Amino acid sequence: MTVSEAARPGGPTRTRELLQHRELRRLLGWLGGGVLLAVMTGPQGVIGQPTYAISHALRGGHLVTCLVVGVVMWGLSVGWSHGRESVHAGLAEPRAQLRTAWEQPAVRRGFYLVLLALAIFLPRLTGQFWQGVLVEQIGIYALLALGLNIVVGFAGLLDLGYVAFYAIGAYTTAYFTDTLPVHPPFTINPFLVIPFAVLAAMLAGLILGAPTLRLRGDYLAIVTLGFGEIITILAVNLDSITNGSRGAFGIPSFSIRLPSWLGGWHYEWGLSSLPYYYLLLGFTVTILVLFHLLENSRVGRAWVAIREDEVAAQACGIPPVKYKLMAFAIGASTSGFAGVLYASKISFINPSSFTVSASILILVLVIFGGMGSLFGSVVGAAVVQWFFKYVQKNNGAPIPLIHKKLPIDVQDLYMYVGALLILMMIFRPQGIVPSRRRAREISMAEHGIGGADAMAAPVGSPTP
Amino acid sequence: MSAQPTEAAATGRPLVVVDGVTLRFGGVVSLDDVSLEQHPGEILSVIGPNGAGKTSLFNCLTGVYTPQQGGITFASTRDGATREHSLVGMKPHDITRLGIARTFQNIRLFNALTAFENVKIGVEAHQRTGPVGAMLRLPRTRREEREGDARTLELLDFVGLRSRANEVSASLPYGGQRRLEIARALGTSPQLLLLDEPAAGTTGAEKIELAELIRRIRTEMGVMVLLIEHDMRLVMSVTDRVVVLNFGRVIAAGSPADVQRDPAVIEAYLGTAGTEGEAR
Ligand SMILES: Nc1ncnc2c1ncn2[C@@H]1O[C@H](COP(=O)(O)OP(=O)(O)OP(=O)(O)O)[C@@H](O)[C@H]1O
Ligand SMILES: [Mg+2]
Repeated sequence: MTVSEAARPGGPTRTRELLQHRELRRLLGWLGGGVLLAVMTGPQGVIGQPTYAISHALRGGHLVTCLVVGVVMWGLSVGWSHGRESVHAGLAEPRAQLRTAWEQPAVRRGFYLVLLALAIFLPRLTGQFWQGVLVEQIGIYALLALGLNIVVGFAGLLDLGYVAFYAIGAYTTAYFTDTLPVHPPFTINPFLVIPFAVLAAMLAGLILGAPTLRLRGDYLAIVTLGFGEIITILAVNLDSITNGSRGAFGIPSFSIRLPSWLGGWHYEWGLSSLPYYYLLLGFTVTILVLFHLLENSRVGRAWVAIREDEVAAQACGIPPVKYKLMAFAIGASTSGFAGVLYASKISFINPSSFTVSASILILVLVIFGGMGSLFGSVVGAAVVQWFFKYVQKNNGAPIPLIHKKLPIDVQDLYMYVGALLILMMIFRPQGIVPSRRRAREISMAEHGIGGADAMAAPVGSPTP
Repeated sequence: MSAQPTEAAATGRPLVVVDGVTLRFGGVVSLDDVSLEQHPGEILSVIGPNGAGKTSLFNCLTGVYTPQQGGITFASTRDGATREHSLVGMKPHDITRLGIARTFQNIRLFNALTAFENVKIGVEAHQRTGPVGAMLRLPRTRREEREGDARTLELLDFVGLRSRANEVSASLPYGGQRRLEIARALGTSPQLLLLDEPAAGTTGAEKIELAELIRRIRTEMGVMVLLIEHDMRLVMSVTDRVVVLNFGRVIAAGSPADVQRDPAVIEAYLGTAGTEGEAR
């Protein structure tokens, strides 16, 4: 190709010009996506024939279907970006009205009240299975995502070992309820373990963060990743303390017993999901409110300042290390808190719940919902976790309406989540419920405002 | 950090003393045995051709860089008592809280925040609300929020940006961003304000406003100004004394008129006349 084109004057430049054409590049991208889709949804591999799955996936009608999907997607994306301006113009008026309405505190409060009412009635509309999902998958992960959002979204730190603090919370609960091989000095109800677990997780966060937060951001990601692994490995191997990979059994559920002089009233959360759901709802709403207040305070603004421009933040009297550590510790405590809830709801824990992939999953929830958006964390947890469970439950079952089987393999779930995340990064990097500040930052970065700066590189002491 | 409370005004001691500061980056000597003083009540300018070391001097004063040799002392006044602090080795945020604020040559605002929020972050430098207070909205937090809002509006008024308080800072015109950065720096309640080329990129009318603003910073706020500026007319109109740097060395110091006639200064600027048209 190169030879024949080089023979014609201007040949290669022509090709290059064509390639520079935006729509063509996009079409090629979508076609590539189509091929990927064909491979992903193609037949399973055969042992001894390494090329079987790929060659069969790229054969015949299946590939054509996927390529057509790619072309259709391309057409949609072209139409979308062309239509965007006119649609934007047409929507400007109603959008502005919506925004002014949203500025009214009463409207906002009303909206949140309606949502709360929905959340209260939601579990009544579903069966036991989904009630369990609402607690174990959605509720607890919403709490985890809220905490991680403080670290990632507010302070802009990448924590890849977040689940380690969750494990610390869960194992602290197991310890104080005497379900581990080591015995505590006193046994207490999981409710009363909460302060201990929060404190333990916070301490671990401070010990881990204090030395590493002084370094540049990338080191923190690596150190936290390592810390997450260490905690899991410790949990597996410290047989005499953690009971190894078998874990702890029979962790009691939450219960309240008023002293006898107050009537001796007693309530136990028990094994059914509903009471736990309402408990979690209460905790989640409380934490949402607390973190919202935190975001709009001196501390929250200091985090934004550090995230945007650390040098300028310091010039405003903000000590970056102290504030990063604060975010890290608050995130860790939230994770530890969620660990207590998890341990007492499930009643048994083992190291397999605390792997790196759980950390990544929580990060996905945060990014999906919208970094720096508290409400987004809850929505992200609800949507992604629901999707996971839906696919797992209905694997092999026909989808209503179209009466076809779901072409998704449960083992491939994470792959789809990865693809979803990539699409999000392309089309909606601010997440589904974006925070106003983050959205502004992203649009500014796209327009080249801020970011690169001459003095940003060598802060610190010069060579001696 | 040495500390001897004394009467500042009575002794007429300098506010800042830079004593034999040398700063090197590998083989490049940005500051070579630089000494200068700024006295209370004085607006001092530092001028010099590009690459003379002016910004490096600011970075040493604010703790962004640590000089290899020399000392910097600052006489900070709090609650009527003055203490001398050695700034070398101090962290930038501690220096800000001690009373030295700055702006940057290439504006460094928090771009995604509004003008109001930018200034408020500066104002909050001396507040004490922590995470617990913020989450529970304790009485002190509420008081500090109220006071901070009021002070922020005052400062926006002072620099003439009150009507644009709720605009995103990146959307302000260049001159407005420069003034916003000054308001943010003033928010930290400084005793000394370092301005790094505040007139760069602004229009003629904005320069006149800026000169007025710098004078008002001294008269109305009682804050001393250390100014880096290329625009000689601005320097002439607001400064009491000028220090000239060239290749990291102080080559002249004195009144603006004297300095302009100094042969060494003319020589320094002629040497780089190609790049330095503005300052003559
Ligand atoms: N971080 C750094 N690393 C290496 N060299 C540096 C650094 N900062 C400054 N320098 C060097 O120090 C010298 C003085 O730079 P400085 O920025 O202080 O000059 P300036 O007087 O502010 O110039 P301008 O008028 O262009 O702003 C220059 O030669 C510059 O290259
Ligand atoms: Mg400079």
